[in-house]
Amino acid sequence: MALIEVSHLQKSYGAIRAVKDVSFSVERGEVVGFLGPNGAGKSTTMKLLTGYLRPDAGSAVVAGFDVTENPVAAKAHLGYSPEGAPAYGEMTVREFLRFAAELRGLADPAQRVADTLKLCRLEEVAGQAVDTLSKGYRMRVGFAQAVIHDPAVLILDEPTDGLDPNQKFEVRRILKDMAARKAVIVSTHILEEVGELCTRVIVIAQGEVRCDESKERFLKRGADLNQVFRQLTA
Amino acid sequence: MSDTSASPTPRAGAAFWAVLRREFAGYFRTPLAYVFLAVFNAFAISLAFFVGNIYEAGVASLDRFFLYHPWLWAFLAPAAGARLWAEERRQGTIELLLTWPVTVWQAALGKFFAAWLFLGCALLITLPMAFTVCYLGDPDVGVIVSGYVGSFLCAGACLGIAAIASALTRSQVIAFVTGFLACFVLVLVGYGVFDELLAGAFGPSGQIELRWRGVSVLLTQEEIRRLGLWRNLEPFTLGLIDLRPTAYFLTAAFAGLGLSTLIVERR
Repeated sequence: MALIEVSHLQKSYGAIRAVKDVSFSVERGEVVGFLGPNGAGKSTTMKLLTGYLRPDAGSAVVAGFDVTENPVAAKAHLGYSPEGAPAYGEMTVREFLRFAAELRGLADPAQRVADTLKLCRLEEVAGQAVDTLSKGYRMRVGFAQAVIHDPAVLILDEPTDGLDPNQKFEVRRILKDMAARKAVIVSTHILEEVGELCTRVIVIAQGEVRCDESKERFLKRGADLNQVFRQLTA
Repeated sequence: MSDTSASPTPRAGAAFWAVLRREFAGYFRTPLAYVFLAVFNAFAISLAFFVGNIYEAGVASLDRFFLYHPWLWAFLAPAAGARLWAEERRQGTIELLLTWPVTVWQAALGKFFAAWLFLGCALLITLPMAFTVCYLGDPDVGVIVSGYVGSFLCAGACLGIAAIASALTRSQVIAFVTGFLACFVLVLVGYGVFDELLAGAFGPSGQIELRWRGVSVLLTQEEIRRLGLWRNLEPFTLGLIDLRPTAYFLTAAFAGLGLSTLIVERR
């Protein structure tokens, strides 16, 4: 059974149909690159998948639990970092992660926090307020709260946005380490990331899936990925 | 971190307590809490002394101290409650909170009780006032306790209104101002000048008939007066814990909590 099953999702904001009819599924071990221009419906699809928004039609199933019908169980198996990695700015990194662990009802939250700080290389800023961190650290804090419970499904909305090359490398390294055991969806603008990070590519434009194929096939579409992207999303 | 089946479905209570603890501690993470507590204390005591002339009255009772509490809560409950949801929206953390395994109701209850508890702390800090009265005279301690209970319930009612205001906007300032105005109306209802205005509107009969498509409702001035905060707090300051004012405060508090939660749920 696939860890993520999305079928015929639809969502409108007033007259704007942000997601028209999106279906796909993701198996364990897959890292899906979610590509598409701004406003294509990537973030909305992620918000529907994580249960933040309710779909107008269609369904999203995470680890066997329907997100609309059984949201708490679905969310327990889900790690999500929204765009811009929001966090409670006045808390320290350790307090914030501790809160995430306690809210999720994890056994031995202190140990989980320590493990996650280590995994995401946040130990040196653990005592700092999130608001005082640089963008690179902030993104890692967002990532850390998403993996603290070692979820089966990981959904990251532009996790490398605004990071410098070293920081991007760092995030990719952590993702690769854990990818084999999870179903991962990563949205990105950066086409080069596809080759380094993903096993599969889904291109979304105007609320529709334009392409859903393995990384290898996607890379064979042309030498200039920007050109490929423009054609697919036109 | 070895197995992907390690994510339990958390107990409902765990999420509630985690939110409550975070929110309560959150007040003290910024200087705001201390400013708030100081302002509340300063106003509560100076209003009682300089406006209420509690000292000159020569009676060992706190009714002149509680007299100004509806005004204080109308101002300070929205100040404390403005951040409930507005801050989550501004920081974008609402998207985190609501994609964690917690229902909107658990989160809303945790937030609301944390804020109410914080207002309770503000009230507790005024206890030296009660001790002073006890030292200087021989007041009825039961009456003082019931006054404090009433004031705490009144705070909850104002907080309920503030929660609705906070759920509607991402700006704490707008949440505060709307919350304050709504509470302010409830303070004014039943007060001297406003009561006269109301009497003018109702005319000599003291009642107005509202008609709509054959349905008619008879509204009396007395019924409006009953909505006033002081009208409901007054019995408590006299030592009466009555069912009607208690129900009034609790209804306002929990209706506000419920409505604000529905607003957040409909995002």
